[in-house]
Amino acid sequence: MNFDENFILGCSAIGAGLAVIAGIGPGVGQGIAAGYGAAAVGRNPGAQGKIMSTMLLGQAVAETTGLYGLLIAFLLLFVKPLI
Amino acid sequence: MEQGILLSTGSDIDFMIHGVFSYNLFGQEVWITTSHVCLLIVVLVLLLFFIAGGMVFRRAEAIPGPLQNVLEMAVEFLDGIVSSSMGKNGKGFRNYIGVLFIFILFSNISGLFGLRPPTADYGVTLPLGLLTFTLVHVNQFRYNSIPSIWKDVCSPLPPWLPLWAPINLIGEIAVPISLSLRLFANVLSGTVMMALVYGLLQWFATGWPAVLHVYFDLFSGAIQTYVFCMLTMTYISNAIGGEE
Repeated sequence: MNFDENFILGCSAIGAGLAVIAGIGPGVGQGIAAGYGAAAVGRNPGAQGKIMSTMLLGQAVAETTGLYGLLIAFLLLFVKPLI
Repeated sequence: MEQGILLSTGSDIDFMIHGVFSYNLFGQEVWITTSHVCLLIVVLVLLLFFIAGGMVFRRAEAIPGPLQNVLEMAVEFLDGIVSSSMGKNGKGFRNYIGVLFIFILFSNISGLFGLRPPTADYGVTLPLGLLTFTLVHVNQFRYNSIPSIWKDVCSPLPPWLPLWAPINLIGEIAVPISLSLRLFANVLSGTVMMALVYGLLQWFATGWPAVLHVYFDLFSGAIQTYVFCMLTMTYISNAIGGEE
């Protein structure tokens, strides 16, 4: 079976759109981390610096899965591995 | 134009990666791209910076001048994060972490000066990840005996039943990949986003994208630098272990 290039490009675009749905997970996770960070600062304002750095570290690690999805989208859109 | 280079599209969106110079290597056409040039520029700037710093500290004074002040603050900050997250293991790693921090920070920020950030290229971040990986394992073998490493490898199950070992080994291999991909994808996404803004909005994108630059280059770059160094230190001190 032979598909023409435009069909594959369109399907790649749909795939890229589906791949960035991976951003939902890190969004929720980072939100939860930020919420608990805010609660922790409220409970102990003196430790704000330490809480802040711990929160940012955790959020950056949680972000990784979303970035994998983003990378897949970039690959599908710009590198066009399927053509 | 240059077909061999990824992300070099022919359309009006410019991802700032172009071939500068091509040569033949074993019959393959290889390109020197803007990434290489920007990496060279960053390294040269850092070199000049370090030479200037060395000259300042040769004639260090009790009441510091502006450059000495900035350098002292930077060194104090780097020493602080190393000793706060590695404890007394951190002594030998201050140089490595400091160089890593300054290099990644300057690379990420170089987007502000119109360069293509070298860290937006996987060829730059993967070696950084592999360096960390090598350091982790060299230190693991230096500070632990072979039986205890084997016990770690089959960790949830007892050492005579290495059923879980393959999964732990895959987890070990995933460390440098996830470290380098995190940095790469963050910087690349910033670059691509800025390229889309400039390429698609044309004349409308004047002035206000500076705000986006502050977020993508400064904030995101600084956070990713910090995270990379923190994770490197965490992995190394985990590998050394038994500090308390």
